[in-house]
Amino acid sequence: MNQEQVVNQEYLAVYEVFIRSARGLDHKHVGSLHAESPEHALMYARDCYLRRSEGVSVWVVKATDITASQESDLENFVDPMDDKDYRHATHYVLPDSVTNM
Amino acid sequence: MQKVDDAQAQIEFDRRVADEQKIEPTDWMPDDYRKNLIRQMSQHAHSEVIGMQPEGNWITRAPSLRRKAILLAKVQDEGGHGLYLYSATETLGITRSEMIEALQTRKAKYASIFNYPTLNWADIGAVGWLVDGAAIVNQIALQRTSYGPYSRAMIRICKEESFHQRQGYELIYAMAKGSPEQKEMAQDALNRFWWPSLMMFGPHDSDSAHSAKSMQWKIKRETNDVLRQRFIDQTVPQIEVLGLEMPDPEIKWNEEKGQYDSGEINWQEFYEVINGNGPCNHQRIKHHLKAHKDGEWVREAVRAYAEKQQAKKAANVA
Repeated sequence: MNQEQVVNQEYLAVYEVFIRSARGLDHKHVGSLHAESPEHALMYARDCYLRRSEGVSVWVVKATDITASQESDLENFVDPMDDKDYRHATHYVLPDSVTNM
Repeated sequence: MQKVDDAQAQIEFDRRVADEQKIEPTDWMPDDYRKNLIRQMSQHAHSEVIGMQPEGNWITRAPSLRRKAILLAKVQDEGGHGLYLYSATETLGITRSEMIEALQTRKAKYASIFNYPTLNWADIGAVGWLVDGAAIVNQIALQRTSYGPYSRAMIRICKEESFHQRQGYELIYAMAKGSPEQKEMAQDALNRFWWPSLMMFGPHDSDSAHSAKSMQWKIKRETNDVLRQRFIDQTVPQIEVLGLEMPDPEIKWNEEKGQYDSGEINWQEFYEVINGNGPCNHQRIKHHLKAHKDGEWVREAVRAYAEKQQAKKAANVA
């Protein structure tokens, strides 16, 4: 990669940005950006996504490092087993006198 | 290792805990806080995994396809809960293999209840109703624990736990309202699992080695005795609905206190079981070791596959 290419945004890696809005909560995906290194991605994320106290912690992850499922192939990929309703609490009918369960 | 200039970090940590903020993995934390968490969380993870054994015992002998499917789904959930908790514990800097090693060499403990056998089919009802019931009381409180990853794992687990207790109660209800023989089995299961379920909450607050510190750090949010009383108060009316005899003759409503009085736990039994001399301690660890050893070929295959893929990639690049 020569110098000319580096300045061209098309050649910069895409980073996905995750923010923890408050301690105790999960990091949540908020968007993405281009950057020349993880360290720069973190600074850009700070500049773009944390301008109004949106969070207390940021993760940046190179998009190419993410292995993702394909929504179009979801049926073949995961079976939520909706026919097995016994996996849900509502399946079990208990006497009305039983509270607190 | 703690350094002298950690004093400032300690002040910050104390302030966060006091302010009901969560502690996250990259934060500074006192060594003892970390150690205490590793002990409690890994013990919790081991309990989920070892807990699969007494229930798994009945999968092949469930009396109907429906009951078998329910039990399979429940045991599968417990395995997943173990995974959540091991992963959350790993954020504290201990590896999975260190934790497994500690379990297998009996350095780490797990809930003493799983050292009791499941002798009749009604026991599966009692386990779901009482053991999961007690676990839920404990885990609801732990959703507010001060360590972020533990808290989030608890929230996830409580969501999935909702069906476990209900299927157990439905099962034991069917038996309690069934033939005299079935009712007898239900009573027997209740009698045997009642006391060990109460022991799940641990020693009295006054005798609990880790309680005071854990409460101060907000790892634990409510004391053993408070949680145990809550479990008794919510469970006694459920026993009445079943039409079964109370497993403890001293259970009696105390109008003044607004709670049930109950008899004293046999603490000698509790310590015997915790220290390895319960009816199934040996069997549980032996089985875990065997399952671990039997699974070695899978781990070996995973490693071989990864190496092969890597070699392939390298060849393509060259």
